[in-house]
Amino acid sequence: MVAVVAMSLLSTQLLSKNYAGLQAVSNVSFELPEGQVRALIGPNGAGKTTFVGMLSGRIASTSGTVIFDGKDVTTLPAHKRMSMGMAYTFQITSVFAKLSVHENVALAARRVVQGGNAAVNQRVLEVLNKVNLADRYEQIAGDLSYGHQRLLEIGMGLAQKPRLFILDEPTQGLAESEIDDFVELIAELSEDTTILLIEHNMDVVMRTADYITVLNFGSVLAEGTPDEIRANESVQAAYLGNG
Amino acid sequence: MNNSMRSFALHLFVLAILVVLFFTVSEYHSGNLARILVLSVYAMGYNLLFGYTGLLSLGHALFFASGMYGLGLAMQHLGTPAAPAMLVGLISAFVVSAVIGFLALRTSGVAFMIVTLMFAQAGYLTILLAGKYTRGDEGFVIPQADRAIGSIDLSQSDTRYFAALILFAVCFLFIGWLVQTRFGKTLVAIRENPERARMLGYDIQRHKLLAVIISGTLSGAAGAAYALLFGYAGATFSTVQYSIYPLLWVLLGGAGTTIGPLIGAIFMTYLIDISSEYTNAYMLIAGLALIFLTLFAPHGLAGVLRKKWLPWLP
Repeated sequence: MVAVVAMSLLSTQLLSKNYAGLQAVSNVSFELPEGQVRALIGPNGAGKTTFVGMLSGRIASTSGTVIFDGKDVTTLPAHKRMSMGMAYTFQITSVFAKLSVHENVALAARRVVQGGNAAVNQRVLEVLNKVNLADRYEQIAGDLSYGHQRLLEIGMGLAQKPRLFILDEPTQGLAESEIDDFVELIAELSEDTTILLIEHNMDVVMRTADYITVLNFGSVLAEGTPDEIRANESVQAAYLGNG
Repeated sequence: MNNSMRSFALHLFVLAILVVLFFTVSEYHSGNLARILVLSVYAMGYNLLFGYTGLLSLGHALFFASGMYGLGLAMQHLGTPAAPAMLVGLISAFVVSAVIGFLALRTSGVAFMIVTLMFAQAGYLTILLAGKYTRGDEGFVIPQADRAIGSIDLSQSDTRYFAALILFAVCFLFIGWLVQTRFGKTLVAIRENPERARMLGYDIQRHKLLAVIISGTLSGAAGAAYALLFGYAGATFSTVQYSIYPLLWVLLGGAGTTIGPLIGAIFMTYLIDISSEYTNAYMLIAGLALIFLTLFAPHGLAGVLRKKWLPWLP
């Protein structure tokens, strides 16, 4: 086990979600230590998005608890969890398509940045530099290429200076070169943010994650370092079993 | 010059034109304009909710009537002087919009339209039922002698125009300021993508409720001012027609722009005014104009300005 000495920033106990009889997530107990980059992997339909939905508050849990930063947040609405220091990027790109790149990031920054417009603008520029969109700040977000929209969405997460950054399949649909940039960005971010990443691209997982949780049929199948997971037979079986 | 300075300059420019117009146009037109200015306040209130927050209400006549009857009934039955009666009008619109907002915001989309429409119909029927006090459809006239603040007689055409202009200016500058604030920009975010705004940590319900309350109170201010300046309160103003009007003005003028409501109210009033000189079928002409505008300028007249020449238009 790695890095469990640190206090958990986020943990769940016996967290479950039942959709009218379909058990999407069942009794997941999960610990995410502060400062870790955690990847959440598993075959399609394993319950990954439902699980992080319950962490972020988008989806109400059926039973179990979610503890963030030492507080029970199980029944808190999503916006309150965000204001406690979570940030969330959607699996399907969700930006303010008719607003400018600058305004997209400013909307994310305004909630957290103290001070007036100047302070917000400064944060926006910092973030846009980090995600390499600074030269496009006046463009309408909906006109950006798909890859740039994904970067913008990550930028919106960054602008909130989150303590926990949840990314749902951030590299989906990115080109190879964009994926390399993304891996670099995650490495940079992980210095001061805890990251929970749902990811299908195993190469990205192996390059970024400190620790991996594998979900299958709504339950934790295995947990371990990238090397341990790679060698785990039941993980291989689950993936091979799904084609 | 940055955008907020430009925007402020534009707002002052529009107000200056409105001052100049009073001295240059005939009394008939300045009387029309006074009415348009009050109705523009109503449209601006509507626009905050529809154009900026993306909530389509079909029941704003209820808020307009709350202000109108708040002022009218206080003056008629309690003998309240005009200025405090105006305050009664504002408070009743505030309370009604808070209650309706709280209830109606449990729904969204089409259901929100229907629920607001139903509440407004209930309000209309209440006014008819309370005919003993409201005199129902027939309405009541507010005596000319009472329509004064201090020694200023608001029934005279010049004082009436400037009273309407002052109310308009206050609301116009207020909206111009509000949409530049963090709150105003969050409303736009909610209009554009509510789920994303929520996941950025904004309390969507609270923002929407505040938008309904501000929108309803502005509409009520217009209703109260209308009764005070034109001396009449009647149930017609709470009918569905008066819920549709602000929607049309805002659509024509440009939803989500600060000057759109004024442009739309002027345009539609004069379209009907001028076409009715030539034909009885003036609503047909108004209807055709609406169809052509929605076909060729779906973002309204101010929307065209913003798109073609003034991208910074607030």
